[in-house]
Amino acid sequence: MEAFLSSLVSVAFHGIAYGMILYVISVGLSVTMGLMGFVNLAHGVFAMAGGYILTSAISRFGLPFPLALALAVIVVAAASVPLERLLYSRLYGAGELEQVLFTIGLIFMAVAAAQVIFGMLQQPVLLPDYLKGQFPLLGRDFPAYRVFLIVVSGAMIAALWFSVERTLWGAMVRAAVDNLAMAQSIGINTRRLFTLTFALGSGLAGLGGALGAEIIAIQPTYPFEHLVYFLIVVSVGGLGSLRGPFAAALLIGVTDTACKYWLPQFGAFFIYVATIVLLLWRPDGLFGKRI
Amino acid sequence: MTRPIGYGADPRIRVTEGLPWLAGIAVFFLLPEYLSLGARILTYILFALSLDLILGYAGIITLGHSAFFGLGAYVAGILAAKLGVTDPMLLLAAAACAAGVLGIATGAVILRTRGLTQLMLTLAIAAVCLEIANKATPVTGGADGLSGITIAPIFGALKFDMFGKTAYLWCLTLLFASWWLTRKIIYSPFGATLSGIRENIVRMRAIGVPVYRRLLTVYAISATMAGVAGALLAQTNQFVGLNVLGFEPSGELMVMLILGGVGRLYGAFVGPLVYLIAQDVLAKQFPQYWYFGIGLMLVLVVLFARGGILGMADALVARLRKHT
Repeated sequence: MEAFLSSLVSVAFHGIAYGMILYVISVGLSVTMGLMGFVNLAHGVFAMAGGYILTSAISRFGLPFPLALALAVIVVAAASVPLERLLYSRLYGAGELEQVLFTIGLIFMAVAAAQVIFGMLQQPVLLPDYLKGQFPLLGRDFPAYRVFLIVVSGAMIAALWFSVERTLWGAMVRAAVDNLAMAQSIGINTRRLFTLTFALGSGLAGLGGALGAEIIAIQPTYPFEHLVYFLIVVSVGGLGSLRGPFAAALLIGVTDTACKYWLPQFGAFFIYVATIVLLLWRPDGLFGKRI
Repeated sequence: MTRPIGYGADPRIRVTEGLPWLAGIAVFFLLPEYLSLGARILTYILFALSLDLILGYAGIITLGHSAFFGLGAYVAGILAAKLGVTDPMLLLAAAACAAGVLGIATGAVILRTRGLTQLMLTLAIAAVCLEIANKATPVTGGADGLSGITIAPIFGALKFDMFGKTAYLWCLTLLFASWWLTRKIIYSPFGATLSGIRENIVRMRAIGVPVYRRLLTVYAISATMAGVAGALLAQTNQFVGLNVLGFEPSGELMVMLILGGVGRLYGAFVGPLVYLIAQDVLAKQFPQYWYFGIGLMLVLVVLFARGGILGMADALVARLRKHT
């Protein structure tokens, strides 16, 4: 019984850590899809870029961990601005097919570029000493890095929710998601809003990729392999919603960890089947278009 | 706009439409050392044709078309390798039935939804198929792939030889039959309703078209064709690997079709031809640059040349006509 309880706690803990990372990566995707109606399959590329920046900043340039993390977020967010301005914005009004093809093209390019620059092997994450080892909590030991990860993600999520609910930028985003034409007609500069929001979403993906580099291995096929998970989070959670993807990400994180722990012979089978059933039951996701 | 292919256009077969078949036969006699590549190209043309039917004509965007291709390949492969069924016609029929049934079952689900949900569902279904093939190792061979496929002579007379002559002609024959069927469909009133649904689904509902039933029908036909293509791959390669399932083969197929041109029937011929020959020449020497080039090409096609190669050719012809 005690053994079962401790494995239950362990699965819940690792599942939550994984779910948090999934959410931080995917929330930007949910907002950009809800706001601009853009099917951005290449969102995982930003997460992968964040992971590569973190790992190589530490291993090649010897930067301290917090600085490398900040660098990953800033570089990814900054790099996404010209990308959005020059390329994505051309396809805002285009059909879904064009957007899908365009972003698949970006994935191909990113995967190839990552292979050329970093090789096929998985990038090791060099953690500082204070994030290694165990962290005692309620009479149990938890891996310190996972605790750190949950705390940082939680803080980012709180900051994000606060800014969407309480700031002027958040109000503009909510207005544009609800009714784009009306938002434009009352004078909201939606072009700038799009760019800003896109950069924020990409930066968060970079953060998620960097933070989660230890859980979701950083390798060139990253954007392909995990695309399904990011999309599941968004579509199950509901487009343009903040809370929906959070619930979905935690659900997927815990379920996936539990399946891999207790039923490894089935792999991700249950996650996919559950997604199909869920989307049949609620085609617009758990929490439809409300931010 | 370019000359439309579809209902309302002249349904008689033009002289130029014989070119692919002449070329196919010419390759058989003139380039015998390339027949195995040729059979592969013909298989992918069939696969691309099935995608063109739902993507180009009916406007269903799917990221999981490989599910049917893979199922066809595995059904044919498992029957031949594990259960001793070796008759090629029987294998094709079994694969076609299995893929058709999966097409109806999954189509009944995904065609009720639209947009991202639909995209997501197609992807999830393909992912489920990949996961099953990966984990059911005793039956599918898992990550090692399924080998030991033996195929009996076609009609008990034509043996699959080591030079791939029989395989090539077998693929060519089946492609011809599928092309005939596809062409019939898109020139029929049924084909016209498909294009109508793609262009304006609300209006088609308003004039009384049973949209869902039409889409389901074409989805099942397309799935069956993809299953046949998969079975062909299993027969000609005598091996089935996990790389026939999942997102990547679906994406790759989409690239081929886009490269040739969507919704113009012969785009499905040109795309795989150019893609697979280029892959054969370039991919082995520069695998990374090959992928980068594919991505770049997709981006450029979307931004500047939405009709693909055939679209550009049409535009070029139109411009030349204007000048003379």
